[in-house]
Amino acid sequence: MSAAPAAQRPVSADGTSAHTSVERYGLLLTAPPARRGWRVLAARVGAMCAVELQKLRHDRTELYTRAVQPALWLLIFGETFTRIRAIPTGGIPYIDYLAPGIIAQSAMFIAIFYGIMIIWERDAGILTKLLVTPTPRSALITGKAFAAGVKALIQAVVVIAIAAVLGVALTWNPLRLLGVAAAVILGSAFFSCLSMSIAGIVLTRDRLMGIGQAITMPLFFASNALYPVAVMPGWLQAISKVNPLSYQVDALRGLLLGTHAHLGMDYLVLVVAAALGITAASALLPRLAR
Amino acid sequence: MKPPGTAGGATEATEAPAVTGAPGAAGVPVPDAVACSALEYAFGTTKAVDGLDLSVVPGEVFGLLGPNGAGKTTAIRCITTLLSVPAGMVRVFGHDVARERMAVRRLLGYVPQQLSADAGLTGRENVALFARVFDVSRRERAERVAQALDAVGLTDAADRLGKTYSGGMVRRLELAQALVSAPRLLILDEPTIGLDPIARTSVWEHINAVRSATGMTVLVTTHYMDEADQYCDRVALMHRGRIHALGTPQELRDDLRERRRREPGGSDAATTLEDVFRDVAGSGLDDQGGDFRDVRSTRRTASRVG
Repeated sequence: MSAAPAAQRPVSADGTSAHTSVERYGLLLTAPPARRGWRVLAARVGAMCAVELQKLRHDRTELYTRAVQPALWLLIFGETFTRIRAIPTGGIPYIDYLAPGIIAQSAMFIAIFYGIMIIWERDAGILTKLLVTPTPRSALITGKAFAAGVKALIQAVVVIAIAAVLGVALTWNPLRLLGVAAAVILGSAFFSCLSMSIAGIVLTRDRLMGIGQAITMPLFFASNALYPVAVMPGWLQAISKVNPLSYQVDALRGLLLGTHAHLGMDYLVLVVAAALGITAASALLPRLAR
Repeated sequence: MKPPGTAGGATEATEAPAVTGAPGAAGVPVPDAVACSALEYAFGTTKAVDGLDLSVVPGEVFGLLGPNGAGKTTAIRCITTLLSVPAGMVRVFGHDVARERMAVRRLLGYVPQQLSADAGLTGRENVALFARVFDVSRRERAERVAQALDAVGLTDAADRLGKTYSGGMVRRLELAQALVSAPRLLILDEPTIGLDPIARTSVWEHINAVRSATGMTVLVTTHYMDEADQYCDRVALMHRGRIHALGTPQELRDDLRERRRREPGGSDAATTLEDVFRDVAGSGLDDQGGDFRDVRSTRRTASRVG
């Protein structure tokens, strides 16, 4: 497929050309055929998730250090408030009520700082190089969003294990666990896109770090992760209503504990939020490429 | 400093592509690997590229040289679709970069100035990522990745993490990442910056070995005039956003020597490509040589390599 190469220059010094042969580089002579349509998206999502898993395999430190905070929430906050019985949970022990909230929270904390990675990759030239591959920007962002989801999912498994050790009565129904996985991935996709969108606006790690710190706690407290929406003042209820974290927690609680949940609405909100997030982050990505 | 118009070799710009321009095997004219016509790109009010005309012939190693801030990297970012330009300004193998982004990207292998391999992945995983995003089928992936690693001499180090690699090894790994998709045009932005002479030679030898096996075109920017002289078929000297001299290194050297001889009281001393560089860029390189961000990123790369 290549054009006849113009006059071959003699290769310098040591005669590397001697062991240059067609058999040795056989596959490097032809470009791979292009995938089309949805297969491109699927392949890019697969590629980004594979990288995330490979990185976790080489360095598990983050997995362990990130397990500390949810463990403390369950152990200290959960155990204490179970005794106090200050929060109306509808008859279940508070630590059980809390566990799905903490799963969602730890997944969100991972996702909300995902934009920092995008900025780091931009500074390192990794993003630049990916942007020169046949990958539409929306496919790249979708890939990153699902990679964040995979990372959060592994974190969720750790938190579920901790909760189980602390005696929380969670479901082991595989179908319900599948639903849990879907909710965790969708929620993380949204929060990582939120983070990548902010990255596209502020463009530096320091600013994103500050904004990330500023919004995580409000998102957490203005949700039903720690207490039911019913005990909140009206204005906080309103915020909770538009906070995707609330819908994620509602789904997780319904699936893991069997409490009353609005699963249809929950998944609808999560899917729409993730789609909006991907659109916004894709639109802002060119600012990082510049 | 001379006015740009009188700088050496500027007149060659229009006729030079004929030097190595060859029709395809069947006699059908092959479009230029890269064709820029009156390319302009401005950051705010600063024109980084200002009327660049460039044609790179398929199969050649073309060197884009120039002082910091000459617009080399900006030009490359336009060619690689990273910066958007109006249609009609840049074509890669006949495909317009504004209209056929994806088609252009499939033809490109790109190694940016920064060390862009992922330190948290092994060499093999780094290359496999690029096999995946270029749609290499699962069946072919392992073998193709192995061949790309072999082509740059990293087979033995393939399963080590990127963070254990030396600067020269990272550069070769990036080369493997770019080669795994069998690009027809390999674009290298300062590929040997900060490397020691042995690593520099090694990088170039691998580029040349793969090139002679695949016939791909190479577009490279560099500050090292000796490298350009030794490895490039043709070079263009860029200054303030446009090309001021173009030709084979030999032609440019001879041209300058000839002009120096004809000057009153001129000498007949042998000229190097570096002399040509000085002649084009003037001696006052510091007056606008690269902005702060440009220099900072170069230094950062150099310190990471070293």
